[in-house]
Amino acid sequence: MSTITDTRSTLTGLTPLPPASGRAGFGGALRSEWTKIRSVKSTVWTLAAAIIISVGISTLGNWGQASHTSLSAADLARRDLVQRSMFGIMLGQLVMVVFGALAITSEYATGMVRTSLTAQPRRLHVYFAKLVIVTVIAFVVGEIISFASFLIGTHFWATKGVDLSLSSHGALQAVIGGGLYLDGAALLAFGVGAALRHTAGTITVGVFLLFVVSIIVNFMPDSWQADIDKYLPANAGGQVWATQHTADVGTAFGAWAGFAVYICYAVIALLAGLLVFKRKDA
Amino acid sequence: MIQATALTKRYGTKVAVDHAEFTVAPGKVTGFLGPNGAGKSTTMRMILGLDRPTSGSVTINGIPYDKLAAPLREVGALLDAKAVHGGRSAYNHLQVLAKANGLPRARVDTVIDLVGLHSVAKKRAGGFSLGMGQRLGIAAALLGDPGIVMFDEPVNGLDPEGILWIRNLMKALAAEGRTVFVSSHLMSEMALTADHLVVIGLGRILADEPMAEFIAKNSVSYVLVRSPQMADLAPKLALRGWRVEMQGDGSAHVYDAKPSQIGDVAGTEQLWLHELTLVHSSLEEAFMRLTASSVEYHAGGTAGTGTTQDAAKPPSSPDAPVWGEAAGDGRAQPPAEPDPSGQPPTPYQNSERGQ
Amino acid sequence: MIEAVGLTKRYGDRLAVDQLSFSVKAGQVTGFLGPNGAGKSTTMRMILGLDAPTSGRVTVGGKPFAQAAYPMREVGALLDAKAVHGGRSAYNHLLCLAQTNNLPTRRVDEVLELVGLAAVAKKRSKGFSLGMGQRLGIAAALLGDPQVLMFDEPVNGLDPEGILWIRNLMKALAAEGRTVFVSSHLMSEMENTADHLVVIGRGRLVADCSVQEFIDNNSELSIRVKTPELTKLNTVLTDKGAIVRADGDEALLVTRLGMTEIGDLAFDNGIRVHELSPIQASLEQAFMELTKDSVEYHAAVPAGKGA
Repeated sequence: MSTITDTRSTLTGLTPLPPASGRAGFGGALRSEWTKIRSVKSTVWTLAAAIIISVGISTLGNWGQASHTSLSAADLARRDLVQRSMFGIMLGQLVMVVFGALAITSEYATGMVRTSLTAQPRRLHVYFAKLVIVTVIAFVVGEIISFASFLIGTHFWATKGVDLSLSSHGALQAVIGGGLYLDGAALLAFGVGAALRHTAGTITVGVFLLFVVSIIVNFMPDSWQADIDKYLPANAGGQVWATQHTADVGTAFGAWAGFAVYICYAVIALLAGLLVFKRKDA
Repeated sequence: MIQATALTKRYGTKVAVDHAEFTVAPGKVTGFLGPNGAGKSTTMRMILGLDRPTSGSVTINGIPYDKLAAPLREVGALLDAKAVHGGRSAYNHLQVLAKANGLPRARVDTVIDLVGLHSVAKKRAGGFSLGMGQRLGIAAALLGDPGIVMFDEPVNGLDPEGILWIRNLMKALAAEGRTVFVSSHLMSEMALTADHLVVIGLGRILADEPMAEFIAKNSVSYVLVRSPQMADLAPKLALRGWRVEMQGDGSAHVYDAKPSQIGDVAGTEQLWLHELTLVHSSLEEAFMRLTASSVEYHAGGTAGTGTTQDAAKPPSSPDAPVWGEAAGDGRAQPPAEPDPSGQPPTPYQNSERGQ
Repeated sequence: MIEAVGLTKRYGDRLAVDQLSFSVKAGQVTGFLGPNGAGKSTTMRMILGLDAPTSGRVTVGGKPFAQAAYPMREVGALLDAKAVHGGRSAYNHLLCLAQTNNLPTRRVDEVLELVGLAAVAKKRSKGFSLGMGQRLGIAAALLGDPQVLMFDEPVNGLDPEGILWIRNLMKALAAEGRTVFVSSHLMSEMENTADHLVVIGRGRLVADCSVQEFIDNNSELSIRVKTPELTKLNTVLTDKGAIVRADGDEALLVTRLGMTEIGDLAFDNGIRVHELSPIQASLEQAFMELTKDSVEYHAAVPAGKGA
């Protein structure tokens, strides 16, 4: 039993709270969102799966291509092997979409959003704290994926006489870019999730934007493709983890220009999500 | 009539129900009371043949449930109102049940009207409010026109009108000669509904008697007396050997006397009377008294839980046992409600964490 | 103190809450009553800022809830015990809430202990029974030692001890000067718990008064008298203008006269009295009486016909 007598409280046995100073603000929101993410096993497993799948597929790809190619080292060096070595990102981005979506849509699916907003009714704090945590985690996981994929890949390519390393031309930027790309996918999904407030719908939209649009556009006449292609999220974003910026049809953006276009999609989604989160009945 | 004889259920080393003996008779509403973990759900499952007793028996009109020729015509149970296929209409849901049990179609219309779902009978059950779902469940329970009706927490989710309606329905069913068996945690509701009580604690039957007797046995009543001449009246009452406790507002609580006796004293002594009321404990108070004093009830646990004075102390975890945690300090533990992850299912525990 | 002024909420063309004005005072337990669909949940959600009013306003402690420095120290609410992420343990659920308001971590352990969930603190809430989930919600409401408590159906899933415990807790919290606002359909429980009532129907205020006033206004008090001289007393009382009915073979039920008057009349006429008790309507009876004629009150599907 506590020896502190709190004459005010019936909640006996509870030590009195320290006097209130300041406000429930962003710092607390950040700590809370970090607790939320780390305390749900399935989230942790999702991120682990992202790493395992992406790096696994990259490695499989690197091994397969390196062992079965008939091209010479010189020919190989002309291709964008840096990007190819991180190929698993193509699938990893889907897992990141799931992660980004769930970070917000699970609150609605479980009803937790009402509990969260009752504890902290200042919605901007909650939204931005969540956004920061998701951005940081997705970045870290993304970089783990891109670095691991690339570095493991270099071993396979070395057997073919191609000497890849982080100091190869454009490699470091592209590898960092791989992580940034994955981060962007999560953010895009987060924004869409905040706007739609529905898990399945958000993942569908995410997959649509990153995969399906490209496929659809592929069936369009070449002249249309030439204009549209470079703006598609996966194509624009893809430039940031590439060392070569060519396109099958039309032109391609440079690394950072492409990334800027890619991030625009995410920013638009995040703004839409922000509006919905702030304004709508929870 | 439901009859339990030395009914016992063991899960491993835990005794969930321990040689329970009780009778649930027709023509009255019998309430089944006890805390979580006491063995209520287990007992009800055994009545419905969902669990086999380890020893002893429980019968429906003398026959165990699984030997009944047409169970739905003998026993109707409302245990979980949500166990309905959302895509079907109320009408179709009942039709399916009726057909599966060889019951005439006409019964469906009868029960729908009985529970007042006529106007929404053709709507999807998935869109029903909790109250309407509850009514549908009751309709299903009454489909076979059973002699025995069992309810578990029937007022859950109902609004005041609905609560009153169900209470009146249960009384009406009992008045028709049926056996009505209701399990609930709501003492205040139970007090208005039940005629007879069966109380279970730690797997053992602590009481099986009429409501009035239960309250009388487990409470101390007194007569509340008000008089402008209390100063004269009180000593006269005390002289008779009755205990008189004066209250702050000038009234007196008199123990061991009947109101008529006190009235006679006032009459004989020519003293004014302005109130003469017999005050009994509420069912809740009687229940708490019984269970607080029953040594068995709080096996090794903290006494003094749940008394009216005790504000801050929580109930001593009769609720917690879902996890079946052993105390690990040598105390006898209340047998837990079966752990959902490792042991037989508890269909009566509302399905968890609807996600 | 909670103060609503002209609170209105419209969903499309449906008016869920209509110009609702009331205040919930500190130091007493205020019951919030009304049938399903009356607007109770919507009102409570507007108090917490979960729903935005279409017009009107509601404040807690004089300010909109979202402006409180530490919202959890202002209001602790349990509206829906299921609004938790099942994959999270009870401990982590409470922790992430506590952190938003800079509450010390030990507070989480303390409230878990208080509600009796300490043993299952590290278990995922998905496996909790209804009662355990309810206690978790109560724990969350108590985390910030709030000035105002709001509960919606607090006894849902609790066993008799739990019901008694939460009732006593609510009364004790009110006795300390906090504001306790409880919504429930259980009239019999409400009667034992609340001091004051706010009753709404079809989104409108129907009553805002003490429990006793509510019962008095919506029912008639009768007095039961037992006497060995029934006929004589009956005549005496009727002569004085009372309405008298028989109650079994041994007693009379009298209205229009108080206990004092009846007692004195009996005395004056040398009639022995063997019982003299007030028979008050229950809160449920008063509530039913009030709402049975109220056209506004009945939802589309009235009792006996569904809903």
